[in-house]
Amino acid sequence: MEKIGTDVVKRGMAEMQKGGVIMDVVNAEQAKIAEQAGAVAVMALERVPSDIRAAGGVARMADPTIVEEVMNAVSIPVMAKARIGHIVEARVLEAMGVDYIDESEVLTPADDRFHMNKRDFTVPFVCGCRDLGEAVRRIGEGASMLRTKGEPGTGNIVEAVRHMRQVQAQIREVSSLSYDELMVYAKEIGAPYELLAQIKEEGRLPVVNFAAGGIATPADAALMMELGADGVFVGSGIFKSENPEKFARSIVEATTHYQDYTLIGELSKGLGTPMKGIEMSTLSPNERMQDRSK
Amino acid sequence: MKIGVLGLQGAIREHVRSIESCGVETVIVKRKEQLDDIDGLILPGGESTTMRRLIDRYDFLDALRAFGDAGKPIFGTCAGLILLAKEINGQEHAHLELMDIKAERNAFGRQKESFEAALPIKGVAEDFNAVFIRAPYILEVAPDVEVLATYNEKIVAARQGQYLACAFHPELTSDNRLAQYFVNMVKEASKELASF
Repeated sequence: MEKIGTDVVKRGMAEMQKGGVIMDVVNAEQAKIAEQAGAVAVMALERVPSDIRAAGGVARMADPTIVEEVMNAVSIPVMAKARIGHIVEARVLEAMGVDYIDESEVLTPADDRFHMNKRDFTVPFVCGCRDLGEAVRRIGEGASMLRTKGEPGTGNIVEAVRHMRQVQAQIREVSSLSYDELMVYAKEIGAPYELLAQIKEEGRLPVVNFAAGGIATPADAALMMELGADGVFVGSGIFKSENPEKFARSIVEATTHYQDYTLIGELSKGLGTPMKGIEMSTLSPNERMQDRSK
Repeated sequence: MKIGVLGLQGAIREHVRSIESCGVETVIVKRKEQLDDIDGLILPGGESTTMRRLIDRYDFLDALRAFGDAGKPIFGTCAGLILLAKEINGQEHAHLELMDIKAERNAFGRQKESFEAALPIKGVAEDFNAVFIRAPYILEVAPDVEVLATYNEKIVAARQGQYLACAFHPELTSDNRLAQYFVNMVKEASKELASF
């Protein structure tokens, strides 16, 4: 008997993306550039995060025309974002045949309390996290892939680094706890006990964890791999740079060969101006996308 | 004996685990020079377009072809099957072009159509839990290609001499029987190559 939408099939799809770069694109032309450059998937959007930030107002699921256009343009998987808790946006994307849905804090949340029960869907989901509690809550709700939240659309890597280090440090902490300490730890970080016990036994998350939110250069991508990311999402970094094609190719290569520093040096030469970027302390609390969900 | 896993992108760790559970040493191959030290190679699942781009960038193509032409076994899963195929439906050019099969990409549909199913695989298992993720299948095979498994009449596993290909992901389950089948292929080939 054929079974669809199982954990193995949903999580397995993300396993196949490991060591790769997933790029934000807003039209077919950008999607083709991304595919040519070696992206493992594209995220179809109406606006990249830095433009969402600049535009202000309510950010929603992209116009399905754009998503469709991107799906028709490339043979690699296509992801798209739905607002946190917006079951209908997610169902629409699933019906369209999108390969992965990002329940994303980059869009304005539709529900300020609950994320979706992602187990109800056949299509897999990726969700953002800042720490292990958030990561494991999302897995508990059925996320098949995680990514750090970072601070999207800033071109500043500091938050993604903080989130990746935090998750990794807490995995090490969980591994060292005894079982009689684990329940209180689960309570303290608000994470389901059974999943934490599994993480303790295996010494790693049961799903892949990519880096996202502020990656702007090949060296940034390699840094996140060095810190234990399974792959990277690059949002505004590519198509907000001076030479997107070259940037995209260099980020792909730096992700594969993240410990080949001579190569990364070569890749970083003459790339042109990366996106300008934003210093964190200049963001007011309501401009911090990462704090939009827990 | 040592088996390499092409380490450019994809489900590398899983293949390493499954070959190691068969008691064989593995190495992740990121540079073409590493091919000289291994007896068999696995092309893992992942994105074939990404892997091809990295293969070209690091001048891997001829080295991989020479590895196969020398009689050393290669096992391609999913994207790896596409890399091995002599022909890809709807595309002017294929990749390594080592195995006489014609592949159809994303042949079972998009991710929401991805599935798992129990399959008989000739000489391997009666009930192998095969995980298909945006999987390809094989449209046509040359007469000397042995079909090992079909699903709904589509060819999903085949062998031609030193080449083994499957459309699904044996590395995503703890069933190592297909990995063991490949390990045996590598053992036999090593013996034969040593006797020359």
